[in-house]
Amino acid sequence: MGERALDASTPSPALLARLQGILAQVPDPEIPVLSVLDLGVIRHLRVQPGGRLEVGIAPTYSGCPASAVIKADVLRALAGAGFDAVAVDVLAPPWSSDWLSAEGRRKLAAFGIAPPAGRGPAACPRCGSTRTSRVSEFGSTPCKALYRCEACLEPFDYFKCI
Amino acid sequence: MTPAVRYVLRLADTNLVLAQRLGEWVGHAPALEEDLGIANLALDLLGQARLLLAHAGRLEGAGRGEDELAYLREESEYFNLTLVEQPNGDFGGTIVRQFLFDAWQLGLYEALAESRDAALAAIAAKGLKEAAYHLRYSGGWLVRLGDGTPESHARVERALGVLWPFTNELFVDDETDRAVAEAGIGVLPSSLQAAWSARVDETLARAMLARPAAAHYVWYGKQGRHSEHLGYLLAEMQSLHRAHPGAAW
Repeated sequence: MGERALDASTPSPALLARLQGILAQVPDPEIPVLSVLDLGVIRHLRVQPGGRLEVGIAPTYSGCPASAVIKADVLRALAGAGFDAVAVDVLAPPWSSDWLSAEGRRKLAAFGIAPPAGRGPAACPRCGSTRTSRVSEFGSTPCKALYRCEACLEPFDYFKCI
Repeated sequence: MTPAVRYVLRLADTNLVLAQRLGEWVGHAPALEEDLGIANLALDLLGQARLLLAHAGRLEGAGRGEDELAYLREESEYFNLTLVEQPNGDFGGTIVRQFLFDAWQLGLYEALAESRDAALAAIAAKGLKEAAYHLRYSGGWLVRLGDGTPESHARVERALGVLWPFTNELFVDDETDRAVAEAGIGVLPSSLQAAWSARVDETLARAMLARPAAAHYVWYGKQGRHSEHLGYLLAEMQSLHRAHPGAAW
């Protein structure tokens, strides 16, 4: 990461790797098993003229209270690594559950939250049964719905597919 | 005030007022799941309202941000549709109001996603996914209640009769609408009526409910002329900010 990288609008590969390493450690405040990179909300990393780092962040849901926390956490992590960064909101193209990374989907399932799939969860994240029923279209956060497994009878969270 | 600012405020205020109404259910819904559901609807609408208010403030260019616009305007300066300021009624009444609104907003956002105003198009494209989810919720409940017990059927039928006349305003074009539609920024309300009617009729049929007869009176909340209910809602919503200007937490 030389001086020149900071003047270009696109970070050098080395700088980009370092930034991604930092962001991979920033958890989603509501589903901490996911990083902000897994969630797919980091849209761009740019170096502004003058050397300031610009992070484009897409909100998941228009009114998600975690959006402000995500922004603050990202800036804090970057500041901690010595970067003078600014966050900008990116609305287009809109975030959808398709932006979730493959790694993010695996982490969700391992954590006990069924990853998004069409119109409902593919299987119970605990016992793997495909016999599930919806309890509520809305759950504890804007991005989740509540389901129940008809085999093991346990309720579980489902990451909404939008 | 330019037609563009006025138009964006109409959209923003409609969302904001409905979010405030829905918020009244928090802690009072018939079941925990519906408490969560209604709160989540409100949250989405509030988020969209904030984006729209901030955009209106930028278009206006007079230094008013989302807070000034939300907290420091009087009743006659609010341009929301009259439907959304109507009281919640019982759970069935709230569902009927929400369903009529969601079916309208889905069509609106579909069209608005093509707006020449890039910021407005982005807000609509984002809201579109949320509106589709909301309609699934409100439509699903309307069918369950309408095709439920005699009691639940009677209640949603009554609410439908009370709220139906307010839907006229959703499809009436005025000068502001025509100006923004001509500029490619906004959507002509009348252009949304056919798709809305088809959507509503299909769900009403599944809910065993008859479409009420057309009413002829048109409300004009979007021009700042409201029903008697908005003033009380704003008084509650704005009291804290007016008592402690600039309060933040």
